[in-house]
Amino acid sequence: MTIAPDKSATAETPVPEGHVRLTIDGEEVIAPKGELLIRTAERLGTVIPRFCDHPLLDPAGACRQCLVEVEMNGRPMPKPQASCTMTVADGMVVKTQLTSPVADKAQQGVMELLLINHPLDCPICDKGGECPLQNQAMAHGRADSRFRDRKRTFPKPLPISTQVLLDRERCVLCQRCTRFSDQIAGDPFIDLLERGAHQQIGTAETADVFDLASRTSSGKPFHSYFSGNTIQICPVGALTSAQYRFRSRPFDLVSSPNVCEHCASGCAGRTDYRRGRVMRRLAGDDPEVNEEWLCDKGRFAFRYAQAADRLRRPLVRDRETGRLEEAPWTEALRVAAEGLAKARDGKGAAVLTGGRLTVEDAYAYSKFARIALRTNDIDFRARAHSPEELDFLASRVVGTNPDNGVTYAELENAPLVLCVAFEPEEESPIVFLRLRKAARNKGTKVVHVGQWSTPAVRKTFGELLACVPGGEAAAIEGIAEHATDLDEQLQQDGAVVLVGERAAEVPGLFSALHRLSSRTGARLAWVPRRAGERGALHAGALPTLLPGGRAVTDADARAEVERTWGVEAGALPTEPGRDTAGIVAAAASGELDALLVGGVDPDDLPDPALARKALAAGCFVVSLELRPSAVTEYADVVLPIAPVDEKSGSYLNWEGRRREFSVTLEGTGALPDCRVLDTLGVEMDADLFTQTPEAAWDDLSRLPTRPQRNGAPDVPHAQPPAPGSGQAVLATWRQLLDDGSLQVEEPHLAGTARRVVARLSKATAEGLGDRVTVSTGRGSVTLPVEVADLPDGVVWLPGNSEGSKVRASLGAGHGAVVSIAAGGER
Amino acid sequence: MGMFDPIKGFGVTFSNMFKKVATEEYPEIGAPAAPRYHGRHQLNRHPDGLEKCVGCELCAWACPADAIYVEGGDNTDEERYSPGERYGKDYQINYLRCIGCGLCIEACPTRSLTMINFYELADDDRQKLIYTKEDLLAPLLPGMEQPPHPMRLGDDEQDYYVNGPDLARGRGVPEGETVETSEEKAMQ
Repeated sequence: MTIAPDKSATAETPVPEGHVRLTIDGEEVIAPKGELLIRTAERLGTVIPRFCDHPLLDPAGACRQCLVEVEMNGRPMPKPQASCTMTVADGMVVKTQLTSPVADKAQQGVMELLLINHPLDCPICDKGGECPLQNQAMAHGRADSRFRDRKRTFPKPLPISTQVLLDRERCVLCQRCTRFSDQIAGDPFIDLLERGAHQQIGTAETADVFDLASRTSSGKPFHSYFSGNTIQICPVGALTSAQYRFRSRPFDLVSSPNVCEHCASGCAGRTDYRRGRVMRRLAGDDPEVNEEWLCDKGRFAFRYAQAADRLRRPLVRDRETGRLEEAPWTEALRVAAEGLAKARDGKGAAVLTGGRLTVEDAYAYSKFARIALRTNDIDFRARAHSPEELDFLASRVVGTNPDNGVTYAELENAPLVLCVAFEPEEESPIVFLRLRKAARNKGTKVVHVGQWSTPAVRKTFGELLACVPGGEAAAIEGIAEHATDLDEQLQQDGAVVLVGERAAEVPGLFSALHRLSSRTGARLAWVPRRAGERGALHAGALPTLLPGGRAVTDADARAEVERTWGVEAGALPTEPGRDTAGIVAAAASGELDALLVGGVDPDDLPDPALARKALAAGCFVVSLELRPSAVTEYADVVLPIAPVDEKSGSYLNWEGRRREFSVTLEGTGALPDCRVLDTLGVEMDADLFTQTPEAAWDDLSRLPTRPQRNGAPDVPHAQPPAPGSGQAVLATWRQLLDDGSLQVEEPHLAGTARRVVARLSKATAEGLGDRVTVSTGRGSVTLPVEVADLPDGVVWLPGNSEGSKVRASLGAGHGAVVSIAAGGER
Repeated sequence: MGMFDPIKGFGVTFSNMFKKVATEEYPEIGAPAAPRYHGRHQLNRHPDGLEKCVGCELCAWACPADAIYVEGGDNTDEERYSPGERYGKDYQINYLRCIGCGLCIEACPTRSLTMINFYELADDDRQKLIYTKEDLLAPLLPGMEQPPHPMRLGDDEQDYYVNGPDLARGRGVPEGETVETSEEKAMQ
């Protein structure tokens, strides 16, 4: 696929197999069969104007802006042709607007037609300044219009959700948004309505009524997690975002590349800021990872860092008043260091880091625990977890990267993908988009082991292997016997098994998956829900692992780390530490003197009540936080740290791919965790060498990955719990848009969250009425009932949504037995 | 050399005593400038007092000295500052930077931004030379009311733009006075 430098050379070059030779603007070019003319011209450097054409969407030929003159076999076609729908052919002669006055005139004519009903309200339009219609009207349009009648008008803007606003006057009916929703996201929430001059974009709600002027869809939000992409690909200002409405112009903004901090997909993005304030986020273009898409959470949830209550100064608890008072850094660090050192020399100190740290920050915590606190009591898993998971991570996950593990590209080419205890759309939306793309374009079979046919099952054209919560392990064990066709497919080359964070709540599941993968040869990948978990695993923020997957019990590995860190031999603790639950239990019973907590919400932990008790138990608590939280309430010292926009660093996404990002907002004075810990370390006579994220990464790179591949978990699967009468087994996972702490201050985004309902099978829901109360000894949750195809005796609740905080209210998780009762009328 | 020659020169002085003087009595009597001199800016109003500025930032875009800062805002039915969807929520001109070129008023699509002939833009405090929206907005003439308030002159913004001059007369803006020149008149 080379572009010949001159004509004579091309004439001599033989056309490779599967390619054709054609002429564009007098230049001969060899192009692969099936390539669209508009792309071939683009490779030559000729940009043909277009609106509807998008490389990731199927061709539509809707806007007619890309007309060119085409000659086939010496016969010119009678009319100019749309180059975005016509594929190359041998001997074709194409003339674009550069060489053909006919094509140029045709393009100008189309532009004039497109602008007939366009309101030309660029001064008040958010797209003004970065608008393809504006730019191309200047480049390929006429200065004057011959249209003298009244323009068609519509009331505007029409909110099609709380987040997306539709302005039908500006629309040129290119259908990018409708094709995106239909093809990529699979949520056809927006479509063409009416015919002829009345043709317009609308939603089911706007179509319901005759008088479109008086109705909006407010109160009936559409549930797409990807609606923000339609705003970005709209080539005019017809779809705009409520969040960015009238906030700034492109020339005000400074753009900087970023990496999304919300989930483990690792999406490349672009952050636009104005005068030190982030205005918006857009999807970046990374064909290996997120292509050009971004979920709404990644796009819109960034204002948590601008919250008014953000911590800017260190706080130290005053001994007399018992209140947190602002203090200088030097004093706060001194108090923290003294407290931690005292605890280290006493009963010990432990570290809880949460799953949202960059690799560099997690590494600083890991090193701080080992050499400043001299303990292995560190765990990043601020969620349900198990020792089995620890073995699984150490033996199967740590050290995998795109070179030796599963990648997005492999998902796309896999014959079969088995999703186990993993809800792709809710937990890793870009993985979901890739699964849908694979299923839609390449016929990949997607099988979900879960409880009910979620929207993701339907949209990946998938199959549900329903089981009782807690019975996933038994289901996996039963594949060989009861689902021989699936077993055969798993043995195909390239078959992939994806497992999510929920698997830690199902005893024996990781072991069963390991056995399945070993037996069938299917590749196994772990997709955590939080962005920092893979990085923290690599950095050794676990009780049994040192950086690079080295076991703490391995004397050689310890010696290597000691040499690299420059500490004396035998300085590293030799015994495996406590995991999160162990740390919480130890602190609650007074076996620990201090806790260092970085970004953990007690309500995420397996037992929130015990976690609060542990924090209140009187041990010395140092909290590294962005905003006041349940931990800072109990903390003795609070050290403010920088959000992602104000620091550099990197995440490891679920593939193990390093996603590096630099500082977006310079000079805010906020410090990354690694810097704070480094200074704290100096106060405690321990040198971490993590002054900057770059230094921390360099230090970590000196410890190349050396995973131990033995020691895979081998836990027998438990019998799925059997609920009695008036009881059910709880299935639960989190929705993408919920009450997560990184989604605060985003009312427009929250409006597009899925409805919070409890789901039950028809038989189980019988006699419960419209609402169901789910309760345990700790508390209860009452939600509207929705009947779904769950197994009988199972109730599903969203994990952390408004009115359904499963951990905090019930103290139970996936697979627990709960009581259900009629919830009464609202 | 005649005998009157030594005092002849005083004749010039004497005759000038009865001519009109070229001296401007500044600052005692006003700050004179040509009527269309481009001095400081003004943000004009519609005849009912709503702001003409839509916050489009074209002035800021045109400004070669980066002296203008604008941030748009969303009009709601409860709180309306201008006809239509958008208004200028924050508007600042930094007169330490402004070079008075007038490109901004050429760029303004609604004739919201004009320049009046007031030119006394000197101060001993840099902060005071950053004029905010309150400083720049035209004073309220008879018939105008302080926004926010609903559109009084029509159902949508088209009525304001198409029929502006007629509407101004109907609201009792004094004859011969356009809304844009109000600041000069008001100062006199």
